[in-house]
Amino acid sequence: MSGAGGLIGPAAAERVLTRALASGGDFAEVFAERRNGFTLAIDESRIESVQSGAEEGAGVRVLSGGTTYFAHVDGLDPADLERATAEAAAALRGGRAEPRPLQAVATAPQPIEQRPEDVPAERKAELLRELDERGRAEGGEIAQLSASYGEIRRQVTVANSDGLFAGDDRTRVRLGARAVARRGDAVETGAETLGAHRGFELLDDDPAAIAAAAARKALTLLDAGPAPAGSMPVVVGGGFGGVLFHEMTGHGLEADHVQKGASVYTGKLGKQVAQPLLSAYDDGRLPGEWGTDAIDDEGTPTQKTLVIEDGRLASFLYDRLRAERDGVAPTGNGRRESFRHLPIPRMTNTYIAPGETEPEAMIAAVKKGFYAVSFAGGQVDPATGDFVFGVSEGYLIEAGRVTRPCRGATLIGNCLDALAAIDAVGDDFEMKTGYCGKSGQKVPVGTGQGHIRIGTMTVGGTEV
Amino acid sequence: MIELAQRAAAAALAAGADDAEAYASETVGREIRAHGGQVESLTAATQRGIGVRAWIGGRAGYAFGTDLAEAGLAAIAAAAAEAARIVDEDEFAGPPSPGGEPPPMELSDPSVAAWSTARVADLALAVERAALATDPRIAGVEQAVYFDSADRVAIASSAGVAGEFEASSCCAYLQALAEGDGGRETGLGFGLARGPAGLDPAAIGREGAERATAMIGAGKPVSRSCPVVLDSVVAASFAGLIGKALGADAVQRGRSPFADRLGAEVAATALALHDDGLDPGGPDSSPFDGEGVPRRRTALIEAGRLRTYLYDTYTARRGGGASTGNAGRGSYRSQPAVSTSNLVVAPGSLGFEELLAEAGEGVCVTDVVGLHSGVNPVSGVFSVGASGRAIRGGELAEPLREFTIASDLVSMLRAVRAAGAVARWVPFGGSVSTPPLLIGEMTVSGS
Repeated sequence: MSGAGGLIGPAAAERVLTRALASGGDFAEVFAERRNGFTLAIDESRIESVQSGAEEGAGVRVLSGGTTYFAHVDGLDPADLERATAEAAAALRGGRAEPRPLQAVATAPQPIEQRPEDVPAERKAELLRELDERGRAEGGEIAQLSASYGEIRRQVTVANSDGLFAGDDRTRVRLGARAVARRGDAVETGAETLGAHRGFELLDDDPAAIAAAAARKALTLLDAGPAPAGSMPVVVGGGFGGVLFHEMTGHGLEADHVQKGASVYTGKLGKQVAQPLLSAYDDGRLPGEWGTDAIDDEGTPTQKTLVIEDGRLASFLYDRLRAERDGVAPTGNGRRESFRHLPIPRMTNTYIAPGETEPEAMIAAVKKGFYAVSFAGGQVDPATGDFVFGVSEGYLIEAGRVTRPCRGATLIGNCLDALAAIDAVGDDFEMKTGYCGKSGQKVPVGTGQGHIRIGTMTVGGTEV
Repeated sequence: MIELAQRAAAAALAAGADDAEAYASETVGREIRAHGGQVESLTAATQRGIGVRAWIGGRAGYAFGTDLAEAGLAAIAAAAAEAARIVDEDEFAGPPSPGGEPPPMELSDPSVAAWSTARVADLALAVERAALATDPRIAGVEQAVYFDSADRVAIASSAGVAGEFEASSCCAYLQALAEGDGGRETGLGFGLARGPAGLDPAAIGREGAERATAMIGAGKPVSRSCPVVLDSVVAASFAGLIGKALGADAVQRGRSPFADRLGAEVAATALALHDDGLDPGGPDSSPFDGEGVPRRRTALIEAGRLRTYLYDTYTARRGGGASTGNAGRGSYRSQPAVSTSNLVVAPGSLGFEELLAEAGEGVCVTDVVGLHSGVNPVSGVFSVGASGRAIRGGELAEPLREFTIASDLVSMLRAVRAAGAVARWVPFGGSVSTPPLLIGEMTVSGS
């Protein structure tokens, strides 16, 4: 099956590309997209916020010298395409360049067993009611439960003046649950999500379990004491713990930061950046994963890229533009939130490969430390490498044992130091879903790992 | 455009809705990114679409789309009515009533249309040059960005709401890179205005450069509890969090540290806070909110006491009061929800140096990270990453990084000892105007 076509045909695309290069330019591209989404939520045991959206539009890009000219419009009518093309080419003053004839590239979109738009909305509402009941059933201290369901289908067609004509058809389904537990003045929240680049079949196997898991997290935190403050060993949990690697290392591998010297990894290709026990990948082809696509948003097939090999920095993550600058092949990481955005290097599914240490043994070797199971999110300054993470579920480790839950902890550090300080990688493994924000663009990404241990790291808590 | 909104609302009635409202918007914008003396990218953006709310009994559904032809409008309207049928009945749901005539407001700056793209590109380049010229330790600029937009908004409903307005805005910012002491630091500079003529590129570049160079050689502070000065940018981020927690939606659902505290003492008297959607200098000012209710000024915290929450029509009915005109709406793609308009922290009487002198020994925070992950929105407990300067003997001393500040929102408000005399509009945490704040005591975790 070819995912190309459907939105704009090759003839219309060729017209756009020819017109885009009429006043010069080294490269032109048109990206057309149709987005159909449906979301609903349950809160206070009531179905609410039912919303559907249908958008179409295109972005036209012309590269000339070192400058990118970009224009986007809502709508795919010939007049809309003409407007975007004229605006993208408006500032160019050179002689005409000719695009190469388009050649359709066959792509293999992720197979979808059950199209979510074919499932009645009532069924989705029922599912949320089930989550509500399951979450509340965890105990009388669960004061609130909210959950949401979202589906989105993105059909994309991309054509460029190098003759590429390709498409993709992407369907993602995601379920989220959030619980609030209350005991006297203590209020804690717990959250859990389930998502994939798959159809409604994702929800075949007891999806409501995530509501129970979210509720249990909130209940556990009711017993939490203050988080410790200071430097100590930190064991990071599998799955969502991978957000740490995503933030502290992944972003620094994105070639735009690297080429501007705004990454701590600039000039470090081939160098040892971690202990030899650590290898990591970015893989946009993992079947059904949240960060997976058949092609990136420039039409480059996605791939599995080894970024850290036995502790050595092996590759950066590239889109077309940055790959050309470095004289390497693009790695299929040119992604955009929608037709309203320029493609930039982004992660897909990024993970630390499983190691050899059992998680229990990793914890047993810690005298006094912190166990960060999951994060509320995090942020990194790629230029300095400074990062910070909010811990949503964390525990104290005392004498090799996990003793009590802690509230309000933050992990803070510098990514070069923290990556080099990883001294154990677990033999377990799990992938989780998230949305990653960069330059005002949000894209779905997968994060994964088993347990890891960081030899020493600053934990910011309230217990000085 | 009001006519388009009226047709969409009528289409929803035809699709079986008892009541309907349509919000149409058209935005034309530009963005220029400059780096290394060159324009890196130039973007021209056109967005237009419509969002329809349909009510069937006490049930509201929403749909939006970009196809504005008759068939497209009918499909969006039908999807909104369809969505309403899935929702559970809610006695407080229903269309907003038309408010009074909003005051005339001039929200468009002619320089947005008058300045050519080449001219605003020069402005972005000037921001970068200004940063490089400020200090030899500025190694570069990650990116200097200019963006503007001109918006047209129209809203119409079967309940008689009908309004339209235009507004423009622009912003330039940069992230400067400083090198020294074997390390590298970044510094943010920014400016906001309704049009490019209102921006000062030299000041924006200099601010980024000064913030970056000030951080060279930064170390970690000793963990302790001490006075903390938040500069305007940081204070604005916290004010934004507080504004969010004062939304009636969060309060009614028991997800706010301010729930059940109306009339209670929630802050020191040094802190006063209000929301004002009509503030002539406010970046987010408009004659009416995202559901057509006139904007107004609402006192939130006065004399240390919590005066009111912020309401849209739904939460007002649920709370037995009137909307404060705080239904926010990012675009036609989102349905209205309670949010601040322009949040204003009242200035005090102390200059910045006097604030530092008052602090004596402590920490001045000039940047925070992880606000979205490090704050529990329900309890208000937070621990966020920070960087800034030490305060010694009442003056700024060595730079500090990689530490956290921790407290909870209400304790922090109660610990405000003084507000600075000079306020500034900041685009983080919504649209906020605030002076620097001196917090009497906060937990600082470093080494």
